[in-house]
Amino acid sequence: MTALKKVFLKGNEAIALAAINAGCHYYFGYPITPQNEIPEYMAKHLPEVGGEFLQAESEIASINMMLGAAATGVRVMTSSSGPGISLMQEGFSYIAGNELPGVVVNMSRQGPGLGGINATQGDYFQAVKGGGHGDYHLIVLAPHTGQELYDLTIKAFELSEKYRCLTMLLGDAVLGQIKEPINPWKPEITAGDPDRDWLITGAKGRQPRLIKSLFLADGEMEKHNWRLQEKYRQMTANDVMVETRFIEDARLVLVAFGSMARIAKTAIDQAREEGMKVGLIRPITLYPFPAASFKNLSESVSRVLTCEMNTGQMVEDVRLSIDSNIPVDFYGRPGGSVPTPEEIFDRLQQAYAEVEQ
Amino acid sequence: MKQVVKRPASLTEKPFHFCPGCHHGIVHRLVAEALDFFNLREKTIGVASVGCSVFLYDYFAVDVIEAPHGRASAVATGTKRVLKDQIVFTYQGDGDLAAIGTAEIIHAANRGENITVIFVNNSIYGMTGGQMAPTTMLGQRSTTTPYGRDYHRDGYPIKMTEMLAALEGPSLVARVAVDKPANVKKARKIIRQAFQMQVEDKGFSFVEVLSACPTNWGMTPQEATKRVSDEMIPYFPLGVLKQKDVVDVL
Ligand SMILES: Cc1ncc(C[n+]2csc(CCOP(=O)(O)OP(=O)(O)O)c2C)c(N)n1
Ligand code: SF4
Repeated sequence: MTALKKVFLKGNEAIALAAINAGCHYYFGYPITPQNEIPEYMAKHLPEVGGEFLQAESEIASINMMLGAAATGVRVMTSSSGPGISLMQEGFSYIAGNELPGVVVNMSRQGPGLGGINATQGDYFQAVKGGGHGDYHLIVLAPHTGQELYDLTIKAFELSEKYRCLTMLLGDAVLGQIKEPINPWKPEITAGDPDRDWLITGAKGRQPRLIKSLFLADGEMEKHNWRLQEKYRQMTANDVMVETRFIEDARLVLVAFGSMARIAKTAIDQAREEGMKVGLIRPITLYPFPAASFKNLSESVSRVLTCEMNTGQMVEDVRLSIDSNIPVDFYGRPGGSVPTPEEIFDRLQQAYAEVEQ
Repeated sequence: MKQVVKRPASLTEKPFHFCPGCHHGIVHRLVAEALDFFNLREKTIGVASVGCSVFLYDYFAVDVIEAPHGRASAVATGTKRVLKDQIVFTYQGDGDLAAIGTAEIIHAANRGENITVIFVNNSIYGMTGGQMAPTTMLGQRSTTTPYGRDYHRDGYPIKMTEMLAALEGPSLVARVAVDKPANVKKARKIIRQAFQMQVEDKGFSFVEVLSACPTNWGMTPQEATKRVSDEMIPYFPLGVLKQKDVVDVL
């Protein structure tokens, strides 16, 4: 790893810079707020590294261009927001079936429909539960700071190559727009292994290869699906990422991801200052979900409060992950609003008072 | 005895699965002959579409990517942008290219992507069992136009070759048929030219091939071929509609 000079960038720009430093020289995308800085940065800087930026005619085209490029083994990325991500679901499903790598960014905006352009976490279900047709998952990473946007972008390329599956960075308008100091770096490895035995390069001196997701022969489809499931099992065993804070002695544990976790951290710090024993679990991989962190909650914990910028999506996974009968409360507001730290602090205080009783 | 006709090296040994009298087999062969002619087998990537030709990879001895329905020219764009020295072609039916994939083909053509598109127009959805295609002729019966295609309800058969020829981007746009030996000969020549365009980095080449689907037309192979000559060619005229000698956009 090589450290580079500190920069001051918007979250969207941090992602684009990280992608280029990770060796991603191909980007296909279609404009949509609040992520336009990503294609704009790519359009400006990819030519400098001999890469290709292409503005597609739609998100359907972008994701399929990405599919065509990913099949050759290069690092490739696309980005969008709600409505565009919805259009890409067909491509996500094919890329899962084809077992191709690639990175997609969803700087989510409020929905449903055209919705609004401000921050939301309403796309959690769509991101982690599949979204397109078939029994598949994306790896979903949820950064909560500018630096983490940078770091996880690089991680996203590595994971997508490790598992030959699409990796999504799930952010939102706040994360994409906030300008923050970033310490950029370059990973050791900035390109996938050129000797992978599935790369489509033209069958020079070897048997022709095939990238497909159609399996009609007897038993072939089930076998293929079990192989995909084995990958999901492997990533659950080996690549879950989670941040925890003050959970050893916590009586109340707050669960939040992305922007909401950032707001929650401020509220938790204040609560700790006031002597409340509250902790935080922040899933970084939303898929695979850090279920183990909930199974191994310390004895002191008697209540869990999940906070989201939606009306209750991740909370379902939290409830599924907890074996004991610790109650799991939920606080959230739908797209159209961003809760303040004070608001979360009030909720914390309320829940904590109930714990104390 | 001297072997006069042999299987092109760009085809595998696998016998075609197409119905008797289907023109897909002829078109496969013509494409393979063009690849052989320029010695491209080992540097070609085929992009298969969804339709009766989805098993392209069983028949062509080249690397193949299977694209989602309609998206072949977007997939080919992604591949070609990376592998600029390789040959990338798509092979698409009329449902695939002229209905669900209309946006993708128009923009690939308009960008002048340096790829070759083989478009098989059999005026019907073959694989799904004979439903109306955008190219279905007026009055033609299909399973979803049981009383015949009526333009009041379904519009007119779409002329993709004319539409694409109107764009600045493409370098070669042509329509051919394989209904009689003389037309097969012309088709062979034009498909070869289409690949030559790409070999010489001259940009987007597109060849529409009028084809028979005896099975879903409810005809014998002979009747179906005759229908191409008598009904399709008068509406979908053959010829090279556009050919650029000097390529400005690439
Ligand atoms: C998104 C989507 N919609 C519908 C289908 C079903 N489907 C498969 S092939 C096809 C049309 C095939 O017709 P055409 O492209 O004309 O090719 P042909 O079979 O005639 O060669 C359709 C509608 C699909 N696979 N995917
Ligand atoms: S259904 Fe039609 S297009 Fe398909 S293989 Fe049979 S004849 Fe050919």
